[in-house]
Amino acid sequence: MRIDDLKVYFNVSPQGAMPWTKHHTLKAIDGVSFELEGGETLGIVGESGCGKSTLARAITRMVPVESGEVVFLGSDLLKLDKQALREHRKRIQMVFQDPLASLNPRMTVGEIIAEPLKTHFPTLSASEVKEAVREVMSKVGLLSNLINRYPHEFSGGQCQRIGIARALILKPKLIICDEPVSALDVSIQAQVINLLKQLQDEMELALIFIAHDLSVVKHISTRILVLYLGNMVELADSADLYAQPQHPYTQALISAVPIPDPEIEKTRELILIEGDLPSPTSPPSGCVFHTRCPHVSERCINERPKLRNVNRGHSVACHLVL
Amino acid sequence: MSLLEVSGLSVEFDTPEGVVRAVTDLNFKVDNGTTLAIVGESGSGKSQAVFSLMGLLAHNGRASGSVKMEGEEMLGRSYAEMNRIRANKISMIFQDPMTSLNPYMRISDQMAEVLVCHKGMSRTDAIRDSIEMLDAVKIPSAKERIRMYPHEFSGGMRQRVMIAMSLLCRPRLLIADEPTTALDVTIQAQIMRLLGEIQRELGTAIILITHDLGVVAGHSDEILVMYGGRVMEMASTGELYRSPAHPYTQGLLTAVPRLDHDDESLTTIPGTPPNMMELPKGCPFSERCQYCRERCLEAIPVLTPLAHHDRHLKACFATAGALR
Repeated sequence: MRIDDLKVYFNVSPQGAMPWTKHHTLKAIDGVSFELEGGETLGIVGESGCGKSTLARAITRMVPVESGEVVFLGSDLLKLDKQALREHRKRIQMVFQDPLASLNPRMTVGEIIAEPLKTHFPTLSASEVKEAVREVMSKVGLLSNLINRYPHEFSGGQCQRIGIARALILKPKLIICDEPVSALDVSIQAQVINLLKQLQDEMELALIFIAHDLSVVKHISTRILVLYLGNMVELADSADLYAQPQHPYTQALISAVPIPDPEIEKTRELILIEGDLPSPTSPPSGCVFHTRCPHVSERCINERPKLRNVNRGHSVACHLVL
Repeated sequence: MSLLEVSGLSVEFDTPEGVVRAVTDLNFKVDNGTTLAIVGESGSGKSQAVFSLMGLLAHNGRASGSVKMEGEEMLGRSYAEMNRIRANKISMIFQDPMTSLNPYMRISDQMAEVLVCHKGMSRTDAIRDSIEMLDAVKIPSAKERIRMYPHEFSGGMRQRVMIAMSLLCRPRLLIADEPTTALDVTIQAQIMRLLGEIQRELGTAIILITHDLGVVAGHSDEILVMYGGRVMEMASTGELYRSPAHPYTQGLLTAVPRLDHDDESLTTIPGTPPNMMELPKGCPFSERCQYCRERCLEAIPVLTPLAHHDRHLKACFATAGALR
């Protein structure tokens, strides 16, 4: 998969708007490009409101895209008609954040997991569908005697397994996970992350793993993309990014993650960034991060930094990085 | 005398399916100006334990045992009496700052209401004090922003408003129920630092409730680990991280993804958090414990001090040697 200069804009009415007032343009995603190989995991990290989820939705064409290219297995998804898009959607599946809310409460687990299969292969017989459901359930660690239960009978972690099973049943090439573990307890988080990793190895899946927490993506990603207000801030190999974060925003994100060790926690220097994310309808001039950056200079306010390659496979958008 | 002494606290709920015990025999103390962290997964009873201190249990809930605040018994008081204690002595901040603020009221009215009700202040004075408090929690241009509604604030700012509101009457004890769970990591770091600063300035004691052992490492003096409504382990923060003695604490510590370690795969605790309706007969953690023996299935271990350390308690049959 290759994504090239993807832009997603929304029109929003300003406060107290009349029907004839001009709409504001909200740049939710402003020029994002990356490549993803088969079997690789890309982690996408940023605060809420930075455009992570919009990016995921744009890739699957669930939101209208302003411009750019999303090339998946050789064809540009944005140019396909409905019929052809449907063919491709079989190979891209999603897992959502809220495990319970993303499952239909009036369908049994078996029906939920089988639904994608029935939609895309309506000619399959009932027994074939059932067989496929059982197989995928055992793959994600759900007992097959649970097939006739309803989602409310399961805990959060199990619901997330159902969500993963539903995504896996079409044997996709790419799964987009939108904060799959944010709503789960710590002990269950680790289970789900390990499960995704193991499935990736077995089925040669590519994963796009979205999270707001850098410590979670660390364990699963080969490369990590840091987003800020819809802009790419840093893209690097996972090990590189943690060892030598270049952008001040990435440094602050890493520093904000608490370490479960009081000795380290009491002595280490925190890079705190002040304030909140600026409003995306009126993004700051120049570098979008300059309002919160501890190293801001004149140039950052006036000129927008371009994403440059600073090291092999490590790109940063910051004037201060040499 | 400690600020807060809780002994033998149990919380039960009458439900159509029978009585559910959410908390069993909880004992702890909080001293002035210190922070106690209560750590546990969802359903471990940590929130219900503090709700019972505040007299905020649902109508089908019952608390028994004893909760003494500065020597005065808190359980079994009337609604009016509790209202005098709340805000003045204990106040609370909740997990979701959006749902705990009234969306129809301006911040000024919500905050002034606290002072008018509890201190009998005039509205003008109350708003002046509220602005001061918003300044103290570092809300920029507090004077203008106090006129806004909750939806005009970001999540982090709302949590600051909640903290300011809970501190208006200068309580001796602040209970924070997962104050940063709904927030981004960067904002979480800001809020945790703010709580620390307030504690140093005002000498407030804090009970911090969380499911994340990472968050409390730098921000607590003592930690109580709960599971299935019971205390599994209790120790000073340094001691607990240095030598966790209960298998559950050990599991929790290794399950936290760490930035400063390079492990390929995360260690997990198998199974799921307990269902309070169907707790095992023995140790509540026995189903998920890798050291589980026959004895653990039969009897419930009592919270006892470790051999060499009288302030480090654990509820587990296994000896320290067996757990390594």
